[in-house]
Amino acid sequence: MKDRTEEILNKYANADRDSLIPILQEVQDIDGWLSETALTSIGNHLGIPVSKVYGVATFYNQFRFHPNGKFHIQVCRGTACHVLGSATVLEELQRKLKINVGETTKDGLFSLEIVACIGTCGLAPVININGNFHAGVTAESLDGIIDSYKEKINN
Amino acid sequence: MEMISQKNFLISEVLNLAQGESYSSTVTEDLKVLRNEKIEKPIIFVGAGTCGLGAGADKTLLAIKEYLLTNKIDVDIIETGCIGLCSSEPLMDIQIPGKNRISFEKVTHDLVIPILSTVLWHNIIPEKNVLGQFTTGENEQWDNVDNISDHPFFKPQNRIVLQNCGIRNPISIEEYIAAGGYRSFLNMLKTYSPAEICDKVELSGLRGRGGGGFPAGKKWKFALNTESDQRYLVCNADEGDPGAFMDRAVIEGDPHRLIEGMAIAAFAITATKSYVYIRAEYPLALKRLNIAIEQAKEYGLIGKNIFGSGVDFEIKIKMGAGAFVCGEETALIHSIEGKRGMPRPRPPFPASQGLFGKPTIINNVETLANIPTIIEKGEDWYASIGTEKSKGTKVFALSGKVALTGLVEIPMGTTVREVIFDIAGGIKGGKKFKAVQIGGPSGGCITEENLDIPIDYDSLLEVGAMMGSGGLVVMDEDTCMVDVAKFFMDFIQRESCGKCIPCREGTRRMLEILEDITHKPANGGSHPALKRFKGITQIEKLAKVIKETSLCGLGQTAPNPVLSTLKWFRNEYEEHIFERVCDAGVCTELRTFTIDVDNCIGCMLCVKKCPTGAIIGAKKTPHFIVQDKCISCGSCELACKFDAILIN
Repeated sequence: MKDRTEEILNKYANADRDSLIPILQEVQDIDGWLSETALTSIGNHLGIPVSKVYGVATFYNQFRFHPNGKFHIQVCRGTACHVLGSATVLEELQRKLKINVGETTKDGLFSLEIVACIGTCGLAPVININGNFHAGVTAESLDGIIDSYKEKINN
Repeated sequence: MEMISQKNFLISEVLNLAQGESYSSTVTEDLKVLRNEKIEKPIIFVGAGTCGLGAGADKTLLAIKEYLLTNKIDVDIIETGCIGLCSSEPLMDIQIPGKNRISFEKVTHDLVIPILSTVLWHNIIPEKNVLGQFTTGENEQWDNVDNISDHPFFKPQNRIVLQNCGIRNPISIEEYIAAGGYRSFLNMLKTYSPAEICDKVELSGLRGRGGGGFPAGKKWKFALNTESDQRYLVCNADEGDPGAFMDRAVIEGDPHRLIEGMAIAAFAITATKSYVYIRAEYPLALKRLNIAIEQAKEYGLIGKNIFGSGVDFEIKIKMGAGAFVCGEETALIHSIEGKRGMPRPRPPFPASQGLFGKPTIINNVETLANIPTIIEKGEDWYASIGTEKSKGTKVFALSGKVALTGLVEIPMGTTVREVIFDIAGGIKGGKKFKAVQIGGPSGGCITEENLDIPIDYDSLLEVGAMMGSGGLVVMDEDTCMVDVAKFFMDFIQRESCGKCIPCREGTRRMLEILEDITHKPANGGSHPALKRFKGITQIEKLAKVIKETSLCGLGQTAPNPVLSTLKWFRNEYEEHIFERVCDAGVCTELRTFTIDVDNCIGCMLCVKKCPTGAIIGAKKTPHFIVQDKCISCGSCELACKFDAILIN
């Protein structure tokens, strides 16, 4: 993991403070999350105290400090999704997967996150699993969706 | 034509043409080819914006490719952005040589073969799924097919920003140029001075489309007139407002329009460097924008000494990291600088002291996407659209409980009723209209009695709503307005950056009061009803303090959804407080659970499941729910196998 962070940092030689967020994004893109070691080496590279790096990283919703599940579920909690029942969808997901928002299932398969708005309000309520959009989701249709991902693992 | 020769042809014959000079007849014909008006083999267009893909356009695309391969048909496939009619996705258009392009709606993958085989093999239009035909150059009309511009969803629209979305290939700079793109930019470089461009935009009456509504030209002048060695232009594409997605659609569907708008704006304020601050949640928009920027560089439209004019211009992309407050100008600047995205007091305004301390203009995507047309057709033309104080068009994102959802671009001054009942086809499922939320978490709602107000910046403010970025979420009788207020408050208090106390603490207290109203306390204390009543009188006072003392726009507008629902739907609040019922049935905790003694066999299952111990009873005798302890979670209903739990 450390080498990969180094690789990214090498691309940002002589970088300034304004490269901090792009670097954090790139590291998270590759590792899936931001580890303590990664944050430390980013701070050292940019000459910014690690506390500041951590301060920036925790400010933004995008950054995670523990690994995601194999399938990362984003539940859209935008207005349109809310009006069409995304709260029920979220509750049902929590019940089904037995995790809260921000957690990962014990088997490491699923993790759950809420996002403000994915921007596909015409298809509400929407959930996004590893980049695949599922439109018009209901508590009933969740079973099928979750199962289809479990099957992917079995095959 | 080959790519290289296309590029040389477009640069020498189109882009280098002086203003007013017309094309020769051979050039006109060649441009028709590039615009796909004169084609030799059929083209299939698929609406492949994020919304289309979400509705299954990727499967439709696969089915099309498979069909063409097995039947060995030579057809071009073009993936477009979103035309705006999200509820009819996936959309597939077919154009065969000599004929108009025709659009099909709801083309799921299983419908691909029946539609393609009838159109491509037999030149017959199937009866179902036809949306309409486009007038495509001088091609022949299809008989008995309506023109798409007569479709009730499209007819009242006036598409400037969205004119290419869903129609042209978003990642073909050739097609954009062939349709007249980048000419206004290049003509402007030769003809006008920066100050003249600022004047033109000011005279056009264009106001910021991100929510504030500040005259764009006026703002530009502030930056132009501030002494500095470097100025910056920032395009705000951090569309955080839940319920708005026009910026995403513009970037996915017509990225070159945004780039041209930015190039003109940068010239007007003499900025040589610019940034697009775009949400990371929009991967497709990001990808297409990157492609478009590379193409514009290849054509020399971005870079040093553009077309020998001595003007430099570069665009950098900065990805947002998911913070709603970064839509605020000063917070956005901090975020680009690599800091926590917190706002700072203004003045100094960014126009005089912004990014890295230099004069910076921040405009929203939709504002910038209007610019090329304003320069092309003139400020008077633009100012002739709209109302006295709100010029031009506005894009709205229609969602919620309407028959047709998607993006509409209408002239300012159109009434809310026209948008919801004429364009969007009214409420879904014949339900009763209740309200429409406009302007997202900063806005308010418009009720039945105000449906006839014209949509413009000032009329909306008069009824306690605001334009915002243009999200229109329609609600029917099944929506609980207290719940909607709670939803926005929950959003705002999560997104509050925490810098100033009124916003950080105030929004949380407001949320708590709303939760008290909608929750059923297991242990309500001695006077729960009195507490709730006091809460609602306090909420108005609190709202006033937050509005007056918050640092930035997020806090200053945060109480709006609560104040607006309280103003128009006070009765719903009172029902929740005193009668403890939610008529719409949304606030599930206000349901009353009882046990049907005839059905209950006394199995004890619900007794074990009840988290608060509210159910009492012995084995084989009917159970009983102690209402004071019940929190209406519904666990008993799920547990019961004998339908013995009744809900009111």
